Amino acid sequence: MNLIGTARRDAAWMGRVNALIRYGVLIGVGLIMLYPLFWMVAASFKPNHEIFGSVNLWPKDPTLDGVVKGWRTGTEYSFATYLLNSFMFIIPKVVLTVVSSVLVAYGFARFRMPGKQLWFALMVATILLPKSVLLIPQYLMFRELGWLDTYLPLYIPCAFATDGFFVFMVVQFLRGIPPDMEEAAVIDGCNSLQVLWHVVVPVIMPAIISIALFQFMWSLNDFLYPLIYLSSVGKYPVALALKMAIDVTEATAWNQVLAMSTIALLPSLIVFFLAQRYFVEGITSGSVKG
Amino acid sequence: MAKGRVQLHGVMKSFGAVDVIKGVDLEIAPGELTVFVGPSGCGKSTLLRLVSGLELPTGGSIMIGDRDVTLVHPSERGIAMVFQSYALYPHMSVAENMGFGLKIAGLPKNLIKEKVARAAEILQLTPLLDRKPRALSGGQRQRVAIGRCIVREPEVFLFDEPLSNLDAALRGQMRVEIARLHAKLGATMIYVTHDQVEAMTLATRIVVLNAGRVEQIGAPIELYRHPANLFVAGFIGSPRMNFMDGLVDGAEADSVSVRLNGATLRLPRHNADVRPGAKVTVGIRPEHFRVGPGVDAGDDQAVEFDSVIDLVERLGGETLAHLRMPSLSDGVLVVKMSGDIALRIGTGLRVGVRLAQCHLFDAQGRAVGEPGSRAAVAA
Ligand SMILES: Nc1ncnc2c1ncn2[C@@H]1O[C@H](COP(=O)(O)OP(=O)(O)O)[C@@H](O)[C@H]1O
Ligand SMILES: [Mg+2]
Repeated sequence: MNLIGTARRDAAWMGRVNALIRYGVLIGVGLIMLYPLFWMVAASFKPNHEIFGSVNLWPKDPTLDGVVKGWRTGTEYSFATYLLNSFMFIIPKVVLTVVSSVLVAYGFARFRMPGKQLWFALMVATILLPKSVLLIPQYLMFRELGWLDTYLPLYIPCAFATDGFFVFMVVQFLRGIPPDMEEAAVIDGCNSLQVLWHVVVPVIMPAIISIALFQFMWSLNDFLYPLIYLSSVGKYPVALALKMAIDVTEATAWNQVLAMSTIALLPSLIVFFLAQRYFVEGITSGSVKG
Repeated sequence: MAKGRVQLHGVMKSFGAVDVIKGVDLEIAPGELTVFVGPSGCGKSTLLRLVSGLELPTGGSIMIGDRDVTLVHPSERGIAMVFQSYALYPHMSVAENMGFGLKIAGLPKNLIKEKVARAAEILQLTPLLDRKPRALSGGQRQRVAIGRCIVREPEVFLFDEPLSNLDAALRGQMRVEIARLHAKLGATMIYVTHDQVEAMTLATRIVVLNAGRVEQIGAPIELYRHPANLFVAGFIGSPRMNFMDGLVDGAEADSVSVRLNGATLRLPRHNADVRPGAKVTVGIRPEHFRVGPGVDAGDDQAVEFDSVIDLVERLGGETLAHLRMPSLSDGVLVVKMSGDIALRIGTGLRVGVRLAQCHLFDAQGRAVGEPGSRAAVAA
């Protein structure tokens, strides 16, 4: 009895030590990974000379100078313009991506069509295609259309389910869902689009939210495409504005750049935390069921 | 008055090169509860889906009521279907699930509500109307699925193995509920199952399917008493019928003599089309044996066999004895006795059976001739 009691106490103690080590390591690694982020946020509130002059994370004399000046930017537009510009193409891009990807995925997952295997393979192959291969032909095409220096080249392609990865993701998700519900809806009198809207879309909502989130974050961070297609500074999105702030003058005001980077992070963070529940569910259930 | 009548004429269905339904002719009278029964993979679900319109036939035609619906959209055929998986819409409440078809049809909200309430009343779902399907038990989901059908007031209800996801106790209970519902609504119902007990207890008529063909159609007791072939004989009844190989000795106008296990049986048959020397199979149901020493001594309308007890299954209300005997196609013979009978394994047992209760099948598996007299068989 006593022996068992001791053994049990030993086991409990070992368990606690184990947990301590485990969480210690996790927290340590987590801090290392997040350190640059903390540093960036902290540096936004430092005067410029302090950023490289001191190793302290915490600002010695905190100031809003970087944020205020950064917001004004060195250009004729304030940072608000650039944020707004970003949303000018990101919102249509997200909407078009979701609509087109879901439509195409529904077609692949549920309808019989000649050569379906081949089309699907082709679509998956486009995922593997390096983006840079298409840059020049696309540029020439959009130039012919007279779309340079507009947001159209940034989001119109998304209306045609060009993001094969998203289509693939939804197809996998749909494959894990038995079609009985949709058949019941057909008997209840739905046509294919009504089935999609009333039954399929609510069921695959986690996948849809995941797509929207991914597309939102990737687009906000996208640097290359806006750089290629936009030439007027007044149309620049956040990513380009940040770059501009770095190279307008020789002596970069790093505190301003970092303050703007911090602000640029906020939309992604806010959207992510709002949708976190669905986002995580979407990724896991999509992969487990698929 | 053909409302609720279903007719299939030479219906065929192939998936690619695979013929799943190989020509089915069938007429279902209004108000009948017809059960499609057969082993797994024989095409029951496919046949039901052809009636529902979820699949289109590759040949033949389908009529519901007076209309040819072969190519009509499922929602316009006047059918409603209960799926094996229930197929409820997970994001809708019970009430929304049941009213969805009416909503799509564009009915006004208050009318939908009224109809849903009435169906919920019938199925005792009223307290659950606001719940989501995931908050319901299996039996409740099943009832919601049925409610969704009732609300649409179809000419024909279709059920695809609706009870196979329920546990045994609930299955029995739901079976009774479906029978009651049929009596109450008086609608035509087609019910698919692989379980012959479900088929026997529910059906007004059974369609036995095997490998995409109809083996026999008839009332449950008709199939039990007069199976048209070996397949139906083996499929209907539990435990299944015993089969023994025999040889035809001779055939007369009112009887066939069969040599079996050393004995010669004169089975009453009218105008049997068999030749002496032909191979036949004699079938005897486990419950038709009578047990004990000298059971049928001196009765020339009966035959007796000696056997050795191989295994005993005591179920309380009945006892199953597995017997060993030479010349059995199955190897063992199963005998069912009512009551709890203590039998010793390895001891001998003498069993008898009335000749009128022996089934006879030719080498192709077809039942031979008209049975002697129906009254005698029924006895
Ligand atoms: N959509 C389909 N495509 C190809 N084969 C199918 C399809 N549906 C059913 N089958 C085949 O048809 C046969 C009968 O299936 P089913 O009607 O579901 O049988 P049951 O319901 O009697 O078990 C099976 O062999 C099955 O593999
Ligand atoms: Mg089936």
